Amino acid sequence: MEKPPIVRLTGVTKRFDEVVAVDSLDLDIYQGEFLTLLGPSGCGKTTVLRLIAGFENLDEGELFMEEVRLNDMPPNKRGVNTVFQSYALFPHMTVFDNIAFGLKMKGYEKSRIASEVREALNIVKLEGLESRKPHQLSGGQQQRVAMARAIVNKPKVLLLDEPLSALDYRLRQEMQIELKRLHRQLGITFVFVTHDQEEAISMSDRIAVMNEGRIEQLGTPTEIYEEPANMFVARFVGEINVFDARVIEAAADSATVDIHGQQFKVQNRRDYKPGQNVSVLLRPEDLLVTRDEEELVSGPALAGTVEEVIYKGKTVDLIIKLDAGETVFVTQFFNEDEDNVLYREGQRIHLEWVYGWEVVL
Amino acid sequence: MARQSSFRNFAIGSTLLWISIFVIVPYAFVIVVSFLTRDADTNIRWIFTVENYRELVSPVFLEVCKESLWLAFGTTVLSLLAAYPFAYLLTRIPENVRRFLILLMIIPFWTSSLIRTYSLIILFKANGLVNTVLLALGLTDQPVELLYTQGAVFIGLVYALLPFMIMPLYSALQKMDRRLIEAARDLGARGWQIFFKIVLPITMPGIMAGCTMVFLPALGLFYIPDLVGGARTMLIGNYIKNQYLTTGNWPVGSAASVVLTVFLCLFLYGYYLSSRNAHTKQGVEGGLV
Repeated sequence: MEKPPIVRLTGVTKRFDEVVAVDSLDLDIYQGEFLTLLGPSGCGKTTVLRLIAGFENLDEGELFMEEVRLNDMPPNKRGVNTVFQSYALFPHMTVFDNIAFGLKMKGYEKSRIASEVREALNIVKLEGLESRKPHQLSGGQQQRVAMARAIVNKPKVLLLDEPLSALDYRLRQEMQIELKRLHRQLGITFVFVTHDQEEAISMSDRIAVMNEGRIEQLGTPTEIYEEPANMFVARFVGEINVFDARVIEAAADSATVDIHGQQFKVQNRRDYKPGQNVSVLLRPEDLLVTRDEEELVSGPALAGTVEEVIYKGKTVDLIIKLDAGETVFVTQFFNEDEDNVLYREGQRIHLEWVYGWEVVL
Repeated sequence: MARQSSFRNFAIGSTLLWISIFVIVPYAFVIVVSFLTRDADTNIRWIFTVENYRELVSPVFLEVCKESLWLAFGTTVLSLLAAYPFAYLLTRIPENVRRFLILLMIIPFWTSSLIRTYSLIILFKANGLVNTVLLALGLTDQPVELLYTQGAVFIGLVYALLPFMIMPLYSALQKMDRRLIEAARDLGARGWQIFFKIVLPITMPGIMAGCTMVFLPALGLFYIPDLVGGARTMLIGNYIKNQYLTTGNWPVGSAASVVLTVFLCLFLYGYYLSSRNAHTKQGVEGGLV
């Protein structure tokens, strides 16, 4: 992305008493993107959002919005609006008054307020509920009012603080699609905070995975999932199996590693040298299971026994105990052509994977 | 099961018995006496009359009512103005300081309120603490008349009833979601706008509860105007006390008591209606009914 960022954070640090919540963080956010701050609770993601919103002041660093320094600017002058966790709708006001609040504060005329509120209600598909009070609405409807109350002010950047966490699973799926639609329709920049990695992966253009006040990795969902930059990202985003390995031979782009006495060919993107200890990471769905009774495996493979079979409908999850003692988690998709893909506990199997699907750290 | 229900019967029964003996029966006496005739020697004579109520429709009693309502109203407003900032402060300070402040507020309650009122006299009298300080600071040449003024009565009533205002306000403010204030700031509201458009309406149930809990007792607290007001201001409570103890006119005193009770019930009913309204409107809990 060559264009200048809409929001730029450089060396941003925020401390609460002596605890460093955000630690000299750099982040560029670009016009129109859907950027997610993802991390465990206490990683500083919400603090970053609150710094951009203006609810907290920076201790160090600079914060810019379209090249304008925001450090000491009050929240309402920043061109950002926030959708709060659990919405923070004004309980004593109707839906209309909630949405109109920001426009009234700007001193707009009544007729203009009415038409803009109506437009916002239309965008979030809540026409006809203007005179309800928040407690008369369902969770999903409250969520939409919170969205409308923010977007009616036409912010350049919309900040969303775990907006879906209060909804049940099905409604959350629905609202994820709805949020994506709004993002496309409005064309404004969304900065979204969540601890739910599935939510982050399915919605974002880019994800910043945060831990202890720092960004561990910044990239597209595919990059984050397929090419985790370090063990934290690998373990936080999705399930992953970690094998201890030792580099035997190393070439420019591939290497041979030893895992439990078996030699595997892996990619060598980080210039590992022979003798080095590395970790080979494999997602549960990237491992292939071959039953010993079925056929013999040709290449190197890890022998083990099926310990548990968890039928999931679309997939079947296997917990496998390797002969070397490790426990491995594997997800197998059903092969429609093969109707006897039935695993049972105690079955002897071998594990392998397609070269290139692994990540070596 | 049988045991549980016998315990339940015991609990409800003993409460009812208690209320009957100490509230309902005495009050029934008061109502009965209010319809009897006065007698100089035996206090009452068993002859039915409504003369006592007619006697209340006199300029004297109406003046007392007006004065009472004014004092109770003023006390309520002053308490609200004093309690609101303090209750707000309580919600913003660290837990341990807050506990300490609440303790400071409650400690005086372990002392008889009569004694606390006497301590106000010591503070306010011509050579009392307040005047001594004022004179020492050179703010005044001669002692300011504090005691036996309406101002002293207000101070005495507010002092006695302030905690009843603070607690419901504190509870309402504590329950309010802090993010609502951030949301209002986010949408461009500033200081007073946030207070009047968000905080005040949301804490309204607490305000109504506090006002009820100050206004109603203030109508009847007779000894504070007596002691610090020098019996110059007369409340309904004082009027009743005087009818019983000074004039010895039990039936008129009882009639005034009944009138006061009707007053209180009307106010409580009004509070009930408005708070029920607020509850259904906002889904906010708060208050004493």
